Amino acid sequence: MSDNVVDLPVPGIKTSKTDTTAEVMGKATRVKRRLTSRTATVVALVIAVLWTLPTFGLFISSFRPAGLISTTGWWTIFQNPGFTLGNYQEVLFSTSQSSPQLGAYFVNSLAIAIPATLFPLVIAAMAAYAFAWIKFKGSGALFVLIFALQIVPLQLALIPLLQMFTQLLRPGQEWVHSIIPMIPEQGYLPVWIAHTIFALPLAIFLLHNFISEIPGEVIEAARVDGASHGQVFFRIVLPLAVPALASFAIFQFLWVWNDLLVALIFSGGTQDVAPLTQRLAELTGTRGQDWQRLTAAAFVSLVVPLIVFFSLQRYFVRGLLAGSTKG
Amino acid sequence: MSVKQHRRLFVPVAAAAVLGLALTGCTGDIAAQTAEDTDCADYTDYGTFEGNPEVSIGGTIQDDEADRLVSSWADFQACTGITVNYTGTKEFEAQIAVLAEGGSAPDIGIIPQPGLFNKLADAGFLKAAPEAVEANVDTWWSTDWKGYGTAADGTFYAAPLMASIKGYVWYSPAGFEEQGYAIPESLGELTELSEQIVADGNVPWCVGIGSGDATGWPGTDWVEDYVLRQAGAETYDKWVSHEIPFNDPAIVSAFDSVGEILKNPEFVNAGLGDVSSIISTEFGDAGLPILDGSCSLHHQASFYEGFWKNADESKVTVAPDGDVYAFLLPPAEVGGEQAVTGGGELVGAFAESDEITAVLSYLSSDTWANNRVELGGVISANTGLDASLASSDILKQSVEILQDPNTVFRFDGSDLMPGAVGTDSFWKGVVNWLSGDDTQKVVDTIESSWPKS
Amino acid sequence: MTTADLLGKIIQVVAALAAFSLVIGLVLFLIDKAPKRGRDYWQLAFFLLPAVLLLLVGLIYPAFRTSLLAFSNSSGEWVGGENFVWMFTQPAALVTLGNTVIWVVVVPILSTIIGLTYALFIDKSRGEKYFKALVFMPMAISFVGAGIIWRFVYDYKSGDNAQIGLLNQILVWVGAEPVQWLQTSPINTFLLIIVMIWIQTGFAMVICSAAIKGVPTEQIEAAQLDGTNPWQRFTNVTLPGIRGSLVVVITTISIATLKVFDIVRTMTAGNFNTSVIANEMYTQAFRAGEQGRGAALAIVLFLLVLPIVIYNVRILRQQREIR
Repeated sequence: MSDNVVDLPVPGIKTSKTDTTAEVMGKATRVKRRLTSRTATVVALVIAVLWTLPTFGLFISSFRPAGLISTTGWWTIFQNPGFTLGNYQEVLFSTSQSSPQLGAYFVNSLAIAIPATLFPLVIAAMAAYAFAWIKFKGSGALFVLIFALQIVPLQLALIPLLQMFTQLLRPGQEWVHSIIPMIPEQGYLPVWIAHTIFALPLAIFLLHNFISEIPGEVIEAARVDGASHGQVFFRIVLPLAVPALASFAIFQFLWVWNDLLVALIFSGGTQDVAPLTQRLAELTGTRGQDWQRLTAAAFVSLVVPLIVFFSLQRYFVRGLLAGSTKG
Repeated sequence: MSVKQHRRLFVPVAAAAVLGLALTGCTGDIAAQTAEDTDCADYTDYGTFEGNPEVSIGGTIQDDEADRLVSSWADFQACTGITVNYTGTKEFEAQIAVLAEGGSAPDIGIIPQPGLFNKLADAGFLKAAPEAVEANVDTWWSTDWKGYGTAADGTFYAAPLMASIKGYVWYSPAGFEEQGYAIPESLGELTELSEQIVADGNVPWCVGIGSGDATGWPGTDWVEDYVLRQAGAETYDKWVSHEIPFNDPAIVSAFDSVGEILKNPEFVNAGLGDVSSIISTEFGDAGLPILDGSCSLHHQASFYEGFWKNADESKVTVAPDGDVYAFLLPPAEVGGEQAVTGGGELVGAFAESDEITAVLSYLSSDTWANNRVELGGVISANTGLDASLASSDILKQSVEILQDPNTVFRFDGSDLMPGAVGTDSFWKGVVNWLSGDDTQKVVDTIESSWPKS
Repeated sequence: MTTADLLGKIIQVVAALAAFSLVIGLVLFLIDKAPKRGRDYWQLAFFLLPAVLLLLVGLIYPAFRTSLLAFSNSSGEWVGGENFVWMFTQPAALVTLGNTVIWVVVVPILSTIIGLTYALFIDKSRGEKYFKALVFMPMAISFVGAGIIWRFVYDYKSGDNAQIGLLNQILVWVGAEPVQWLQTSPINTFLLIIVMIWIQTGFAMVICSAAIKGVPTEQIEAAQLDGTNPWQRFTNVTLPGIRGSLVVVITTISIATLKVFDIVRTMTAGNFNTSVIANEMYTQAFRAGEQGRGAALAIVLFLLVLPIVIYNVRILRQQREIR
């Protein structure tokens, strides 16, 4: 069964060079021609433009001096020329003694976001598999409970969690610090755990939907062949759920990347741990008088999520489940 | 996660890491200052510490002001061997209670308002001030100021740090001279001046109370200034401590007096729109039309000095003979006592140790006040402060006002009220009031939001 | 940041990832080696344990504590239902509740429709990746960034001043008077809702797109051979194929909408009749320091989710029955 999946020609992937590709590609173009009628293209274009226009305006503004931004519209850039890289310069290179280097924050953001994306992804995939494919009493009730936990506002869960971290994790972190002084006492660990916990309800809910839609025959056949749940999960479910895993990974990465609250509370806000968002929030000045820097800051922090988005795109492939359907 | 997936992830991650490293390379490490090249005479009292102990400080002060704050203890660090780590975030006020309850607060907090201080002290998060700090405060601060750092149980917890004066009215000295206007000496004269400006065909005031999620606070400053001047300090104290209700006639009349200016379409809002534009105008931009002459008066605290900027980014001089300057909102009657509202920070400790005590004593000393004020931009109510060190005319004037024993100083009232009023319903009330609600309805609503108990 | 610091950071991440892989590997190993007796239960336990443990500690216990807080005041004294009484007697209570309902109805429906349409129309088109990135971008911009962007769009300048807000500029171009958008009720609520839709459409689009790609090509081609038109193919083949994902998208966006407060907070601070329950909750719990009131509002939010939960339970049951 799993062999079947691998051999399937996948339209849309240009690198596949099997003999059948040309034929399939031909078919795909034909389908495409009919599906993407002119109206569809126009509608898609309108949506794309509407969605991009506000961002585009901000992008233009990010190159304009503050005085011009607040007196003239960005669309008058040609009538009121004024181009500056100052906003970006301040965001990227302005240093101060209280917060010297953007680079440090950048590394922190990455160091927080990568594990905080992978941990919930794996743990949630396992739980989702159990809910979808292992029959047990109370499965439905437990699933609903976890699902309902999505509504618990993060802000109200902070204090108990922080108390636990201070009592249980802190001694361990201090111990590690005493052995390897390079690793600060205030490590990333609490931030990772907090992000993982807060991500789980949604992750389980999302992944469950995809994993439960894997045709039962595939899994049962493997089970009959003597594969354990562990093997089924690893060899069949994970590969088949890749588009779902990729989409959740994108969003989880985003949320962690743009998070300020969790990082501030659980990192203690020190430079050892604090992410980029904290530095960007600082750039507006004590009383918000330097808000124009935020225009540039928005784009600086946008770059990495976009890289992640593009690099995970390849997992949105068609037809992973094809050839093994119920019908 | 399969190995393959890891490899695919590796490329973007590596690219990002390289970018991060490149950014790191752009900035160097700041060389540590050592005791050898520092004059340590002022710091012998604090002792020297072995093993480089660290003290963490949290607060709301950010960016340039945070830099100056950090510089203000550079010598102290070099001489005592203590490393002071300062972290400033806007979220400090919202988060400090969470951090304290979670057992993860910084050693010292620079608390920006007494209302929050009272909450933290009442909840038992703060440590009582060490003796050395209390002695400093007794020496260098007035009893009013000491009172702001004393909790309901009578224990003294927190020494004051910096201060600012609200209730300034900014104007253009040149414009005043040209038109022959005089600085008003009573609230009545202020209204007459406004009418005079209208008669001369101009709009007197520009006002803006927009401030993101804190929209409304500049309006509360107006009301507080009028309550203090018209009803007196005693009523003011009763008002903020809720001994008289928020809808007391004295408060209503203060609102109405402010309304004679803010809700008068002839008096506002030059170059910015009608009365409703007060709400949508950012407080930071609101005073700027004075520079091009489209309005003459703008009410805002001393910190507004840092906000003046010309559209072409050229420098604005703030001086009695410069582009702009400010006079204090006058007393109710000519020759009445000089009453001002203001703000300031309190320094409280969440932990105890010898090095924390040393830092706290330094921050409450006249040495610190002079060091910090010399760096520019702020003032302190510390009586040991040399006013001539203040970095500008307006700050010098502010220091003199603070140090004048005849000045009646009161803390910003909304900072003293419970958060549900001072940082929520009072702000919203002012917004609704300027949107057209009548005074009685607004004060009744605010009164009903005052937490029981 | 010194090199040692950087090294320390890298060590932390690598060690954490290694430790995590080790633990998961061990769990999967134990799953395979579980004792024969009651094997299914052992396996089940190992699959669920990490998630359930973390949730118990990090969400269930705090949620329980929150519900207790709702019955006490800011100094922790028991006040019974006073917080709930306060909630429903404050003057803006009904407006806030009404707004919340409007948000939770409008945002999920519109975001999903637009996201699905877009995903469908750009599916298989050239440059699909980049088309997607355009609609995805709002998601990647933080709420603060989104706040700035839309404050600009809705900005108002009076009289003869040049407009810097696009919306008012368009009005000026067509010869109309500019409007103080954010202060004009009730349109301001809808203008804030647009911001949320603008953000959430990216989410709907990505999930729907992944689901559309999961619909077997053979089925579509078969339908095509039967001579159906695109709309029929959509309703008969694609829609049933992605129904599960649609439910997930609508549910997720509904819950996210109930919880969102940043947009309201940064754009109007809840003034001019735009407040929603989540914003009140944040303001009370964190700005005003009235934890009890905040917790009471959180409970009301939780109650508002119940219909969504019940709907999902029904869907889940149907799914199980089909299988």
